[in-house]
Amino acid sequence: MSRWLRRGAIALLVVALCWGLDRLFEAFLVEYAVRIVIFCGLNAILAVGLNLINGTTGQFSIGHAGFMAVGAYGGAYTVVQLETWLGPSLTALPTFAQQAVALTSGVLVGATVAAIAGFLVGVPSLRLRGDYLAIVTLGFGEIIRLLFNNSETFGGATGYSGGRPLGLTTYTSFFWVALWAVIVVTVVAHLTRSSYGRALRAIREDEIAAEAVGLPTTRLKVMAFVVSAAAAGIAGALFAHLQSAVRPDDFKLDRSVDMIVMIIVGGLGSVTGAVLGGIFVAVTLELFRQWAEYRLVAYALLLVVLMIVRPQGLLGTRELDLAAVGRWWRARRTGGAS
Amino acid sequence: MRRGATTLGLLLVLAAGCKDRSAESGSAGASTTAPGAGATGDIVIGAYLSMTGSTATFGQETQRGAQLAIDETNAAGGIRGRQVRLVTIDDRGQADEAGNAVSRLIDVEKAVALLGEVQSSLSLVGGRIAQRRRVPMVSPSSTNTQVTEIGDFVFRVCFIDPFQGTVMARFARENLRLSRVAILRDVRSDYSIGLARAFTEAFTAGGGTIVADQSYNAGDTDFSAQLTAIKSAGPDGLFIPGYYTEVGNIARQARRLGLTVPLLGGDGWDSPELRTIGGPDIVGSYYSNHFAPDRVDDRTRGFIERYRARHGETPSGLAALGYDAALVLLDAMRRARELTPVAIRDALVTANVEGVTGRITFDEKRNPIKPAVVLRVTAEGDRFEAQIDPPTQPATTGGAGTGTGSSPTTVPPPSGASTTGAAAPAERPGSGGGERVPEARDPAAAPRS
Repeated sequence: MSRWLRRGAIALLVVALCWGLDRLFEAFLVEYAVRIVIFCGLNAILAVGLNLINGTTGQFSIGHAGFMAVGAYGGAYTVVQLETWLGPSLTALPTFAQQAVALTSGVLVGATVAAIAGFLVGVPSLRLRGDYLAIVTLGFGEIIRLLFNNSETFGGATGYSGGRPLGLTTYTSFFWVALWAVIVVTVVAHLTRSSYGRALRAIREDEIAAEAVGLPTTRLKVMAFVVSAAAAGIAGALFAHLQSAVRPDDFKLDRSVDMIVMIIVGGLGSVTGAVLGGIFVAVTLELFRQWAEYRLVAYALLLVVLMIVRPQGLLGTRELDLAAVGRWWRARRTGGAS
Repeated sequence: MRRGATTLGLLLVLAAGCKDRSAESGSAGASTTAPGAGATGDIVIGAYLSMTGSTATFGQETQRGAQLAIDETNAAGGIRGRQVRLVTIDDRGQADEAGNAVSRLIDVEKAVALLGEVQSSLSLVGGRIAQRRRVPMVSPSSTNTQVTEIGDFVFRVCFIDPFQGTVMARFARENLRLSRVAILRDVRSDYSIGLARAFTEAFTAGGGTIVADQSYNAGDTDFSAQLTAIKSAGPDGLFIPGYYTEVGNIARQARRLGLTVPLLGGDGWDSPELRTIGGPDIVGSYYSNHFAPDRVDDRTRGFIERYRARHGETPSGLAALGYDAALVLLDAMRRARELTPVAIRDALVTANVEGVTGRITFDEKRNPIKPAVVLRVTAEGDRFEAQIDPPTQPATTGGAGTGTGSSPTTVPPPSGASTTGAAAPAERPGSGGGERVPEARDPAAAPRS
């Protein structure tokens, strides 16, 4: 009982912290800076999700932008239908309640449809290994994008704006992104540390050995794939309601590559590393803006240097936690004093 | 649970970083609600364009055109004694980057006006932010009607799709003296349907008849059934509002069936591929476009020469539209009562600017009312045939006495003859060499004073 009480208290604290930060950013940061912080959170969700399949399980997916697209279109469509259905009874609510009702349903639907898409793609393709799996996921990612590109309902190449001049309602704020980031990180971190996580790591290290000791490898891989796709769907739905429109061109291979860069920079297999990697990509790309057309060159150079200096990524397979940082800090202080 | 707390800690650390950064780069930004309102320093026009990525040429050409217009203004003394600076931010052709670029231009670069994007889908994302932040935006070449429907801060200098239907109808009626025209449209393309509808309305209003209305699907290769039906209706012209691949094939099959009437189309024809596919059968056809590179017009020629001197290549239509978008913004800045985004927007509404793609004024939906050119397909390339002026003069210029009259570069809208033949292109005396900006303006003589 006290354990549940403690968990509830922590959850409340987390929500309060997200809310406080959100208010703080609103008050003191310009919109541009708030956008960067929001993208840090979105990237964290994407990276942590992808890391479960690419890092922990060792299966290489390069089509995750497709699942993000499914989540984005699914979420956006749901919210537009909900808004039409509820009409004035929704707009009469205070802003926060509107966000809570509309965005939460959008994100939940986005995550669900992305998970279903992940299951449908995963079942046939996860029998393959290595390069073959990468090629199949790449193909599926492109198929999903092209389906939206040719869909009348979703606005074709111009993208989906819900048929309104001002586009999709921009519900996404830092609070919601932070909240979903915490939820995704918590779920994935627990999964990674559970017996499932150990089984997934066993598949990564040696799939044949894992199968030999009786692990249902295909089922485990599909499960990891579905969770990973759901995370991409969550990020997609949040992304749609930040951007006011969803365009098929935003889910090209570039997006999948960006996601892979995040987890490699952070350290394959590390949950906190993935978070760091996501933040790294969002922040450096914006920091380099001043170099105009050399921005992407500088970014690529930085990645090359980083891979030479730290081929295992920022954190490798280790995890960052506050207790370890505290120990390191105390050790450094005592070291410096002596 | 500790993991969750850890992540939050991380987010906190990150947030602190972002905050520091924005505090140093935008310390004025947090308090300034009207960026660029100060009376010193450069005036910033913010451009968000795809300078890298798969559509990089769109952004690069537009930027070159816009930069040329701004350099010419600066060489002539700038605006109210201040230099104008074009800050271009690359969006990689991606919507999230376009959103970041627009908010950065407003928050950090303190742009008083925005220029961009080429792709309509990106203009929709950027335009909604511009509208919300109340900073005027001029899109050089987004033709989708949705773009300016965003709101009263979003403008464009290219004509919208349906306008071309009207243009070709008037060209067919007034220049070619056709009276019985058949239409062959692509049923699955909004562009094609929009053009066909506008053509039908304008052509019948002008006294002509549509004798046949046939359709095809993009990707078709055999059009003989439709063309036979069209031939039996006995038209004296055929309007094909489609893209160059099908148009080329239609031209070949039409000639083979003995249908020798002139073919007409829109800017979907604009590709060197048209002549490759259509061969000699497409020669002698006409289509509407934004810009005619070979036009015997001093303004256009001056622009082409200066652009070629700078970049060593003939400007494309995108470069010309980028140039005009910048001209419209610079003109609005000159006439605005003060250099704030809102005042510039108010001045934009009453714009009346002689650009290289024609005289630009805005209708009540902030779409330009400006001439289109009709090109004739020849074996060597497309040649300027005629300029078709917009049908009616806008009500907005009538009530614009406050600003337009005081600007030497803006003259009253042309009246009378609405179409002009190739031999006598719409020409203003005194626009020699296209030197539009050199009339140095006394800062004190700002309009509205």
